[in-house]
Amino acid sequence: MRITFPHMGNICIPLRSLFENMGLEVISPPVCTKRTLELGVAHSPEFACLPLKINIGNFIEALEKGADTIIMAGGIGPCRFGYYGEVQKEILKDLGFDFEMIILEPPQGHFFKLLQKIKLITNHNTIKDIVSAVRIAWKKALLLDKLDLESSKIRPIEKIRGQTDKIYRDILLRINDINDKDEIDDLETIISDTLYDIPTNGQTPLKIGIVGEIYTVLEPFVNLNIEKQLGELGVEVSRNIYITDWVQENLLPSLLKPDKHKDILRLAQPYIKCFVGGHGQETVAQIINFANKGFDGVIHLLPFTCMPEIVAKSAIPRVSQKHSIPVMTVILDEHSAETGFKTRLEAFIDMIYHKKEVGDFAKMHSGN
Amino acid sequence: MKIGIPRALFYYQYYPFWKTFFESLDQKIVLSSPTNKDLLKKGLELCVDDACLPVKIFHGHVANLIGKVDTIFIPRIISIEPKEYICPKFLGLPDMIKNSIPDLPDIIDVDLNLYKSKIMFFRHFIKLGEILNKNKKQILIAFNKAQRVQQRFEYQLIKEKIVPQDILSETYKISQNEIFSYNPSKLKVLLLGHHYNIYDDFISMNLIMKLRKKNVTFITSEMVTNKIIVEGTKNLSKDMFWTLGKKAIGTAYYYLERKKVDGIIHVASFGCGPDSLVGEILEKRTRRDFHIPFLFLNLDEHSGEAGFNTRLEAFLDVLEGRKYFEDNIPTYG
Ligand code: SF4
Repeated sequence: MRITFPHMGNICIPLRSLFENMGLEVISPPVCTKRTLELGVAHSPEFACLPLKINIGNFIEALEKGADTIIMAGGIGPCRFGYYGEVQKEILKDLGFDFEMIILEPPQGHFFKLLQKIKLITNHNTIKDIVSAVRIAWKKALLLDKLDLESSKIRPIEKIRGQTDKIYRDILLRINDINDKDEIDDLETIISDTLYDIPTNGQTPLKIGIVGEIYTVLEPFVNLNIEKQLGELGVEVSRNIYITDWVQENLLPSLLKPDKHKDILRLAQPYIKCFVGGHGQETVAQIINFANKGFDGVIHLLPFTCMPEIVAKSAIPRVSQKHSIPVMTVILDEHSAETGFKTRLEAFIDMIYHKKEVGDFAKMHSGN
Repeated sequence: MKIGIPRALFYYQYYPFWKTFFESLDQKIVLSSPTNKDLLKKGLELCVDDACLPVKIFHGHVANLIGKVDTIFIPRIISIEPKEYICPKFLGLPDMIKNSIPDLPDIIDVDLNLYKSKIMFFRHFIKLGEILNKNKKQILIAFNKAQRVQQRFEYQLIKEKIVPQDILSETYKISQNEIFSYNPSKLKVLLLGHHYNIYDDFISMNLIMKLRKKNVTFITSEMVTNKIIVEGTKNLSKDMFWTLGKKAIGTAYYYLERKKVDGIIHVASFGCGPDSLVGEILEKRTRRDFHIPFLFLNLDEHSGEAGFNTRLEAFLDVLEGRKYFEDNIPTYG
């Protein structure tokens, strides 16, 4: 059994660690490239949303490398993601691949079911081994989130461009390679220390929040490296979702889910009253949340035709006005390109600066 | 009170019920105009860009009612079958409308959510009646009456193999039995797609009339019983959680497996999320396992009628040709 899974941000690192520590062979799909995209687009339904297509590209490339078992998350709708696995299975079968796909269906088939199944296959694992494998993987996921979070604070103010990214890549490798619990714990402080050692220019950067459909928010290959690009333009970026959030939401049984969530969702109610699938309601809530936290702007990401996010988009003009926060929506599909994107980001940032100046000016003269 | 009902989306499924229910409670119903160019234009103007055609058109219908009614009925149709949804846009429809259309009158947006149980259908209407300040007894009478009318409507579609417009629209007077008599020499086509797309003559560019004129017999998901749909979907490896997608797939597999159709026409709106996957499953299986011609019509506001007609005619020609061969060339072995 040679396991593979789709890419989503750096999630491959904890996943690889999890399966390998349980004695399974893992074949991660090669990093997403133009070829991944092309393969995905060529073999997916034309009007499917972008994540499905990239997944297909990942699967094909992993199967070519010898993987034979695909692990995929499922879902109960109404968003399309819940039916991805079924469609992808058909597509790959049509292409003649020989493989098995394990789809984790909530709530009956959550993560623990998979672990049980794995325990059966690799019967030398004890519960203790499994628990320890899960714990290490989870710690790695937390480290990755920390790394993302903190580097996006330093990147905009680094004195020498590219330094943060260099360190980011180094640490990424270390998180990947390390397998000892104590070492992992050490790494936590190392991350903070090395990042804070980077010389900075002492400026206060603009703060922009990123919200939207999970996959496009988490996967730099499809969001055209937005975090890095914004950082290089001197903007501090914060996301509404990190890997550990996704895992909690999608792979764990609902009683383990945090409920700070619900409070934030309440913010969306005047605009979107109830759950609309995916993260539509959450997108609106998070825009307001970012506005309340004093962010200067928000960028809303969604794959072309993503239904929950289209519902969210209908609320954005009102939300943006009411909470006076500039919001830019970026729709991503296979034709999106990094070149024109930078110009759009720059224009958005200019607009924010301009708004700030006008705002400050108005404030000065109204005596506040 | 004058209640406006947009002649769009679930109008094609629930109008008989809604009309009877509200009228029994002494309300006056005002329907928006049938979909037309101006209404579409208005919808495009108001609606968020990236929505699908029927949702854009729905915005136009709502705008069409402003100024003519006291309130507009836009139920939040979350789920009409246990463990299923229609689509995220239906979950957020009243929100989209309120976010995008200024100067709205009151909106009645009571949830219709049968996700957990069908009993909620009844509760939904109780709630509606309460909003209209009616007492339990009045509501109950209206509900029962409406249910009978609705059942008759649904039964008629199945029994006579007619379309909702034959009953709902005044312009649709035709002698169904003549057209729908089972004649083995006639082409039999499955016409799959969401009811609000195929039965809205503006959206579907008069597809129903065109098929009838060409003397093609067609079956839609509204013409089959639930049993057929259940039978047809039983081989899916995962239950489909979109009701309309499930109906299309169930209808298709049922007839395909029984070799009862000459071709399939699948109508979808550009940008429709569920159909982008449902269509793929349908088309793949139809071509791979059943070798039956499949026509995919993807509609948006730019679709031209000329191109549409050409494709439809070409498709029907292919079906004719195949039928001629089957009927006239003996099969060996
Ligand atoms: S099911 Fe498709 S056509 Fe209907 S509202 Fe949703 S996306 Fe639009």
